[in-house]
Amino acid sequence: MTDLSTPISEQDIRKLNVGDVVSLSGIVVTARDAAHKYMVETWLDGEPSGEDADLLATLKPVLDGGVIYHCGPVVRQDEAGKWHFVAAGPTTSIREEPYEHRVIGSLGVRAVIGKGGMADKTLAACAEHGAVYLHAVGGAATLIAQRVLEVEDVYKTEFGLPEAFWRIRIQDFQCVVTMDSHGNSLHKKILAESRERYNGIVGL
Amino acid sequence: MKTIPNLEMHALELIRLASTRLPADIVLALEQGRAAELAGSAARATLDTVLENITMAAEASTPICQDTGTPVFYISHPWDYPLAPLREAIRCAVRRATELNYLRPNAVDSITGANSGDNIGIHFPTFYCEQWDREDELRIELMLKGGGSENKSIQYSLPNAALKAGRDIDGVRKVILDAVVQAQGQGCGPAVLGICIGNDRGSSYAIAKKQLLRPLTDRNPDPVLQELEEEITVKANDLGIGPMGFGGRTTVLGTKIAAAHRVPASFFVSIVYMCWASRHKRLTFKAGEVSYD
Repeated sequence: MTDLSTPISEQDIRKLNVGDVVSLSGIVVTARDAAHKYMVETWLDGEPSGEDADLLATLKPVLDGGVIYHCGPVVRQDEAGKWHFVAAGPTTSIREEPYEHRVIGSLGVRAVIGKGGMADKTLAACAEHGAVYLHAVGGAATLIAQRVLEVEDVYKTEFGLPEAFWRIRIQDFQCVVTMDSHGNSLHKKILAESRERYNGIVGL
Repeated sequence: MKTIPNLEMHALELIRLASTRLPADIVLALEQGRAAELAGSAARATLDTVLENITMAAEASTPICQDTGTPVFYISHPWDYPLAPLREAIRCAVRRATELNYLRPNAVDSITGANSGDNIGIHFPTFYCEQWDREDELRIELMLKGGGSENKSIQYSLPNAALKAGRDIDGVRKVILDAVVQAQGQGCGPAVLGICIGNDRGSSYAIAKKQLLRPLTDRNPDPVLQELEEEITVKANDLGIGPMGFGGRTTVLGTKIAAAHRVPASFFVSIVYMCWASRHKRLTFKAGEVSYD
């Protein structure tokens, strides 16, 4: 098991290989479908001004060397107005494939946590910029929520609570490296092997 | 038939149970899957985490999975049971369950992108109402259908040239196993597969989804389909995809297949992929008593 804390250096990322188990602590920002579209279209391809520029200025130092978590949590707000994570497993990552390579390349993200894996563009960005894809157990939502020590802030609630950026502090969040910074992907390997087995089973 | 007293409260309890507790047959299948995986493997570790999470969610009464999905209500009712107030009470319970965090606010306006915040929207939640001939029994079954697994559901039109799948059982087998290969780990396997062979596109999917309410251990009354269900499960587990697509022996927990008549021109095979968190619960109101199973 490898301990990782944010901010993460490129050197630490380069040491990781597919199959390694990582225990992650520090600051993580959740981002899923609406947030990825926004990051690329408004921040990277647009000319952000006003609130958008402010949010970029706030999150850029957190994302540089930081971690994005593909997650739309169930959250609870207490009487004092403080948010808490109730259930927070990963969502399917492949939907962010059109965006993630840009996010890694331009914002300096070192790790992306999700489920199901991602494809060639993201894998190439991991190799080029020094990033990894970390796989959490899909559906293990109550268990993962207990690794969240604090909800530090939330941005873009107008996307809806599952789609907002949640800035959280986590401790000992266990994940498996399934795409590393050396061009290896467990997902590619299993897909190729299972297709081969399929052909054998159905006689193709 | 007399209406259920305190229906909203009972519907809320149905939602809470569905979101926080998995049916015993699914838990048993996951335990059997764990036992089949090699010690020290990623597959085994994943199923350990899955089972630990199931226990924790039941104890804390919090959602097993944060994607509490589309709430789909299947209602079987006597001829004289008034449906409008029944649906309204269930909608109120859905709102309340969202406030209590048993459900995530999941209803998103497809045009504006706005989340309604309370799981109420156009055709949301989903209701299927069917009159039956029992005079003094009402049944409400709730399925929470997660979006990640729903995205891996797929419909094939036979013949399929790429898979050399014709309009016969062999062709059906080929497309179902292809769906499992295509899904990989993205739908949070090990999966339960609900399948319909035949009918039109829309009804075929609806019939396929309803198969997911069947207990894993039941037997299909049609011996051909019973054999196919068993064969698909065994062969899917030979694909080596494993829990979460990490590799391993447990890819599918069970397969449930229905057949329906089709028009001569069409031959659809509809496959509804359900994640390991196959959440469904049943409320029965009979002889003045409410029970859940």
